[in-house]
Amino acid sequence: MVGIINYGAGNIRSVCSSIIACGKKVFLIEGWHLFKKAKIIILPGVGAFDDGMKVLSLKGIIKPLIEEINNGKPFLGICLGLQMLFSYSEEGDCKGLGIMKGKVRKFRVKNNEMKVPHMGWNRVKLLDSEDTLFFNIGDNQYFYFAHSYYVEPDDSSIVAGRTNYGIEFASFIKKDNIVGVQFHPEKSGDNGIKFLKNFLEGKWLR
Amino acid sequence: MAAIRIIPCLDVKDGKVVKGVHFENLREAGDPVEHASFYSKENADEIVFLDISATIEGRKTMVDVVKNVSDVVFIPMTVGGGIRNVENIEELLKAGADKISINTSAVKTPELIKEGAKRFGSQCIIVAIDAKRAGKGRWEVYIESGKTPTGLDAVEWAKKVQDLGAGEVLLTSIDMDGTQKGYDIELTKAVAESISIPVIASGGAGTLEHMSDVIIKGKASAVLLASLLHFRKYTIRQIKEFLKDKGIEVR
Repeated sequence: MVGIINYGAGNIRSVCSSIIACGKKVFLIEGWHLFKKAKIIILPGVGAFDDGMKVLSLKGIIKPLIEEINNGKPFLGICLGLQMLFSYSEEGDCKGLGIMKGKVRKFRVKNNEMKVPHMGWNRVKLLDSEDTLFFNIGDNQYFYFAHSYYVEPDDSSIVAGRTNYGIEFASFIKKDNIVGVQFHPEKSGDNGIKFLKNFLEGKWLR
Repeated sequence: MAAIRIIPCLDVKDGKVVKGVHFENLREAGDPVEHASFYSKENADEIVFLDISATIEGRKTMVDVVKNVSDVVFIPMTVGGGIRNVENIEELLKAGADKISINTSAVKTPELIKEGAKRFGSQCIIVAIDAKRAGKGRWEVYIESGKTPTGLDAVEWAKKVQDLGAGEVLLTSIDMDGTQKGYDIELTKAVAESISIPVIASGGAGTLEHMSDVIIKGKASAVLLASLLHFRKYTIRQIKEFLKDKGIEVR
């Protein structure tokens, strides 16, 4: 079973539907006691950093989530779900989960040319063009983005893919059992479903 | 940079697409799921549903439409029409919409933009602006399907909605809408250059050149299309190939 953390993010239904489309069963994680049931954990994301962290805190799932991730359970963070892995965000005052060292930064606007939010389809340049998470997709393909903030990891070795939007930012990170993507696989058409299938199959773990 | 987006817009009334795709191989006439799947397969970058139901029952049906579409179509979906409060927004987002578009209610209650952006993020709040030329380099905002003038200046209103937290502006020229004589490039450019959030251009497209013009000269980030696509004058593929030849990045 794939556990999807429900902290009130608006797009949770789309995330569930996309996992079901990959042929997997899903359930919503609403409290700490449900983590055990999950073989895989997904932290979706839409909304603001502080609001997200506050709800996770209110539901009492910050500590068990960090434990589950540190214990090696396969984890996928999407958009804000990726950003919350980090220690600190320019978007808010709340501390992040701090599993990854680094910051979440805001895109800077220059004379209204580069539009923020970064909204739409953009390419993901892989560091390893044979990355198993992009099996059947390939390098430099389009995914859907909708965000104003991006992650800046202290440890650049966890960056597995980058996207150019005025600057080159980390759009795909990978470390041990943790995967994070700034794009929305659940809204990226066929490429997104293929990515989720690859993630759920777990070849990348080995 | 991000690719320029081509966005089909479908009008929905009481749960059925009206003025939809004129194509025989759609099994059930007016089925929103089939229409969305069709355009998703055609490589549409997003899809917009505009609810034109006049009744409360019709509006409720829209939530089911969104659920059904989001179960099988995995590209971003925007819903507009009749959204009045944060509860309406929440219901549609929970049903699977990625963004909502507000027009009349944004003018009447600008706090709705602020509240929506704060609770759900700027990226899901689109403000639709219907503008009509009111003199040289001036456009007035109209609401209630373009019937009621507001006295607001379109460029100033666009800046205001950005400040309130809107993530995108869907800009329609009332003068050009339905004419197929081309976009109001001057309007699009004036708005796009005064705000830092993306502008989706709408109203007036009749040829492929109109689209490349509004992107290159008008600085639009996306184009919204309805009858041109539904009547199969152009396919999304044709449009994208043309734009690509013009040096515009498309997916």
